[in-house]
Amino acid sequence: MSEERVGFFTDTSVCIGCKACEVACKEWNAIPEDGLELTGMSYDNTRALGASTWRHVAFVEQPRPDGRTRLPLADGQQAAEEPAPDGGEVRWLMSSDVCKHCTHAACLDVCPTGSLFRTEFGTVVVQQDICNGCGYCVPACPYGVIEQRPADGRAFKCTLCYDRLGTGLEPACAKACPTESIQFGPLEELRERAALRVDELHRAGVTDARLYGHDPDNGVGGDGAFFLLLDEPEVYGLPPDPVVTTRDLPAMWRHAGAAAVSLLGGIALTFVLAGRERR
Amino acid sequence: MTSAGSSTPRTRGRRGDRPMVPKAEFESYYGRPVIKAPSWAATDIAGYFFLGGLAGAGSVFAAGAHLTGRPRTATALKVSSLAAVSLSAAALVHDLGRPGRFANMLRVLKPTSPMSVGSWLLSAYGPAAGVAAASAVTGKAPRIGALGTGAAALVGPAVASYTGVLAADTAVPAWHGVHRELPYLFVASATAAAAGMALVTGPTGENRPARCAAGLAALADTAVAAAAERRLGMVAETWREGRPGTLLRTARVLTVSGAVGAAVLGRHRGAAIASGLALLAGSACTRFGVFAAGIASAEDPKYTVVPQRETKRT
Ligand code: SF4
Ligand code: SF4
Repeated sequence: MSEERVGFFTDTSVCIGCKACEVACKEWNAIPEDGLELTGMSYDNTRALGASTWRHVAFVEQPRPDGRTRLPLADGQQAAEEPAPDGGEVRWLMSSDVCKHCTHAACLDVCPTGSLFRTEFGTVVVQQDICNGCGYCVPACPYGVIEQRPADGRAFKCTLCYDRLGTGLEPACAKACPTESIQFGPLEELRERAALRVDELHRAGVTDARLYGHDPDNGVGGDGAFFLLLDEPEVYGLPPDPVVTTRDLPAMWRHAGAAAVSLLGGIALTFVLAGRERR
Repeated sequence: MTSAGSSTPRTRGRRGDRPMVPKAEFESYYGRPVIKAPSWAATDIAGYFFLGGLAGAGSVFAAGAHLTGRPRTATALKVSSLAAVSLSAAALVHDLGRPGRFANMLRVLKPTSPMSVGSWLLSAYGPAAGVAAASAVTGKAPRIGALGTGAAALVGPAVASYTGVLAADTAVPAWHGVHRELPYLFVASATAAAAGMALVTGPTGENRPARCAAGLAALADTAVAAAAERRLGMVAETWREGRPGTLLRTARVLTVSGAVGAAVLGRHRGAAIASGLALLAGSACTRFGVFAAGIASAEDPKYTVVPQRETKRT
C-alpha cells in the first residue's frame, strides 16, 4: 500500500435517514436502478446492499424495547419521554450501510480470477473486465454485501469511489451526507474520532452506543468501514461476530487432503478385501 | 404496522422447532437475511459436485479394476469418468453464463480460492481421464493409457474432495459449520456413486470390489453425516427440515439400501443394476440435499445471528 489506509466511519446517531448518500452513490457511479417496488415493511424500500445498491440506509422503526435507546438524539440527549397514545413508544434507528472493505476480505480471498483486488488505499475493488461471474464472492462475504447483477452475472459492490480517491476527492456519499453521519478519512484518525464520540454519548446517558467493526482484532481483521450503532448489530441487519472464512482454510485443505487419501486408500482396500472373483 | 427489528421471521415450511437447543432470542432487520445466498443454480452446482465426485472416485476404481484384471469394469468406469467430468465442466461453464468467461479462471492460481484450485485440478484431471478412456475404448497406446489411468487415479481423489472445501469456504452457516466433515462426506458419497456405476456397467463376474466399496461408502457416509449434524448444533435444523431434510433422508435410505442390496444380491445382474442405481441416486440426493441446506441457512438470518451471538459471548 503506497498511500495511507482510508475508510468510512458511519456515526448512526446523527443519521436522519435522508438517503442523500444512496442517491449520490447511484449518481456518481452510474448504478442502474434496481426496481421501484414498495416493501411495505418500513420507509426502507431499498431493502439491502446489493449489486446496484452500494449504500443502503436502514430504517429500524419499531416499538421501543424496554430500556433501549430512543431516537432521535438531539445533541447527545435522548428524545423526550412522551409516551405514545397507546402507552407504548416508537423508536427509529437509522444507519447507512456499506461494504466494510475488510482487512481480511473473504470476497477477495476466494475470487478465482483475481478480479477483486486491494487498492493502494487499502480498499477492496472489483475489476469488472476480469470478473467472470462465478459468484463465489457472494456467499463468501460474511456481511452479505457483494452481489451479481442478474442480467450481467458479474459481481458489483462499493469501490469506496476509487476513481474519486485517485484525484484527491472524498467518496460521493460522504460528500453528500448533510449531517456528517458518514465520515471519510485515514482509518487511524477515524478510529480516534469514533472513540471520542462514543465517550461523549455514554456521558450523555446513551449507554447503548457502541462501535462496530472498529477493532483490528475482530474476525475480519478490522473493517475499513466501521460504525457507531445504538443497539445490537443484528437489529440493523449486521452479523454480530463475523469471521473471514478463509481463516479456517488451512484446516479445510488438510481435511480435504486427508479425505482424498482416505478415498484412495478406501478403494484400494476394497480391492484387497474383494480379492479374486469366485467363479 | 409490523413490529420491525425484533420480529421473529416466519420460517418457511417449518414443522415446529425441535427442542434440542433452547429457543434462542434473536433479533433481525425485518427478518431479512444477513448474508447473501449464492445465486448458483442447484442443477449446475450440486450437479457439478455429484459429477465431480463420480468422475474422481470412478478413476480410482477404474485403476483398481485395471490392475486386478477386471478389464470390462475398468473400461466402463474410465468412460463414465470422462463423461462425468465433461458434463461437470459443462455445468460449471453454464453457470458462468458465457463460456468465454471460463478462461479467466486460469489467469491465476490462488490457494486461497478453492474455485481456482479446482479449476486447475480439473484441467489436470480432465485430459488424464480423457487419455485413459480413449485408450481403453480403442485399445490403442496401452502404455499411455495406463499412464493416463494412473494420473487420473491420483488426481481424481482431489477432484472428489476439493468440492467440500469449495462449499465450506463461504459464510453459509450450514456449509462452513461443517468444514471439517464436508470433504469426508463428499468422498464417501463419491465412492458410493463410483461403486454404483461399477455395479450398473460392470459384469457381475467382476463386481466384488464394487459390492465391497458400496458397503464401506454407506458406512462412512452415514457416520460422517451424523457427525456433521452434531457439529452444526442449531444450524442442523437446515439439514433436517423442509426440502433439504427430505433429500438427505432419501439419500440415506437409497445409499444404505443400495449397499445392502449389492452385498446380498449383487451376484445377480438385475439386483446389481438396481443397487447401483440406488447408490448413484443416493449420492446425487446427498449433494442436492447439502446444497439446499446451505441455501436455507443463508436465507434465514437466525442461522447467522444465533451462532455468532454464542461465539461473541464466550
Ligand atoms: S464486506 Fe464483504 S464485499 Fe466488502 S470487503 Fe468485506 S468481504 Fe468483501
Ligand atoms: S463473481 Fe467475479 S469478483 Fe466474484 S469471485 Fe467470481 S470472478 Fe471474482
